[in-house]
Parts: sequence; C-alpha cells; structure tokens
Amino acid sequence: MRDLSAARQGPYVAASPLVRPLSPMTRLLLRGGADARAAALAALGLPFTDTACRAVCASGRAGLWLGPDERLLLAPQSQLMELSERLSAALAGRAHSLVDVTHRQCALEVSGPQAGVLLNCGCPLDLDPSAFPVGMCTRTVLAKAEIVLWRTGEHSFHLEVWRSFAAYVSKVLAQAARELTA
Amino acid sequence: MLLINCPYCGERPELEFVHGGQAHIARPGSPAECSDQQWADYLYRRDNIKGVHAERWRHTHGCGRFFNALRDTTSDQFLATYKIGEQPPVPAQAQPRKATA
Repeated sequence: MRDLSAARQGPYVAASPLVRPLSPMTRLLLRGGADARAAALAALGLPFTDTACRAVCASGRAGLWLGPDERLLLAPQSQLMELSERLSAALAGRAHSLVDVTHRQCALEVSGPQAGVLLNCGCPLDLDPSAFPVGMCTRTVLAKAEIVLWRTGEHSFHLEVWRSFAAYVSKVLAQAARELTA
Repeated sequence: MLLINCPYCGERPELEFVHGGQAHIARPGSPAECSDQQWADYLYRRDNIKGVHAERWRHTHGCGRFFNALRDTTSDQFLATYKIGEQPPVPAQAQPRKATA
C-alpha cells in the first residue's frame, strides 16, 4: 500500500486567530434513493431526515445534506473500516454509490463572534442565524473555491475544503481576519 | 447580487449557478429516422426570445441539480423556477411565448 504518512500531515493552512484546521476524519460520499439514504444513516446511528440543507449528527458522526440524493457522511478517522463494513452490509441490494473521499478534503473550523462576518468576505450567503441556523449545511463558494459550509454553533462553522484549495482558502480567511482584527 | 430560487435549496446567489441553455427540448425518439435537417434543428437551433424564456439552470455549487426557470431576457428577472419534469408555471404577469419565425 502506498505510504500516506505525508498526506496524513495535512495540507498547508495559513495561521489566523479565527481559523483552525480540524483533525483528520473519515469522509464518505453517498448517493442513492430514499431507501439507501435511510439505511446508511441508520447504519451510522443517525436520525433520518430529508430536509434540504440540514445536517444530522450524533456521537461524533454526521450526515450532511448536499443534494436531494447526496449525503456527506463524516466520522472519526479511526472508524473508516468499521463503517465501510457496516455500510456495505446495510446497502447491499440497494442502488447506491458510496465513495471514500477521506483524503480529498480537509476540514477547517471558523469560530468566534465574528465568524459569519469573516466568511462573508468571500461567501455571499446570508449567514445571519435567522437565515442560516445552527445545523444548516450547504455546498457553496468562498472566494474562488467551492466549499461545504456547516454551521455547528452560533459562532462556529465547519468548512470542508478540497485539499488543493486549503492553502488558498485559509490565506483568504487569514487576510480577511487581519482586516477584522486591525 | 441576483438571487435565484433553487427548487431544492431556496434563494441563492447567482454565482452558485450555471446556465444550461433552452429548456424543454425533447430528443427525437428515433434519431435514425430523422432527416439531417431535423437532427441539426434538435442539436443546434434554439429560440432567441425577447421576453420570457424557459431555460435550464444548474445549481453547480449547491445541490448540483438541474432545474428549469422562466426568465425575462429583457430585464433578467426570474419569474419562476421549477423542477425538471414539471410543467412550466404561468406567471401572473407574462405568458411564455415562442419566438416568431
């Protein structure tokens, strides 16, 4: 097997007070019909919901709505093999696509009272809690990069960024943070 | 910024979307029986409407879904959006119309 130790160290992320890289985690991208989605979420111990742009999470795992038939499943890094086996069993016989995208993305957390203002430097969504409540998640854009944005708390956001964009996104945020804290 | 109402995600900024050309163009059932002219019309000929135009759009940087929209090409106003497979709604102010030959 190819040595992934270099990859495990994570991509370069520019330092800034409001942004920190999150530890590596397991990421699976699921596409399929309602039965496959329900079976997969149940296998992960997550409640099923088809509400658009909402994440469900329980015991360190999360299922993020990305599209009507698409879910991004997040879990602690050590659970990849266990969850893969459990999902294969749960999804057997159901039309679906399940892709391991663990190393495609890395996660950043933007937190602090000005987190929303900071993200609005490059993201045009309305991030007021009334329009983007806790638990809402969506694919969107930040400056020139595509990200998945998930509000995990009133003042904290989880960003899923493709690895090759991580340096760019974190630099954009670091620059904007300088302006906010100046 | 122009907001487009994705039928799945709700109102989103324009830059999450890409335009997908004219909507409601059906592929001929048996291409082998089409004349060259009919096939060329299907592939290339599109209406160039001044007014309400039915278009495909894709929420690329969102849910990734194609949907249809009625847009007024003179004002760039979106009158309605609807899912693929649904009939176009009739907006209160304007009727969709075909380009005159």
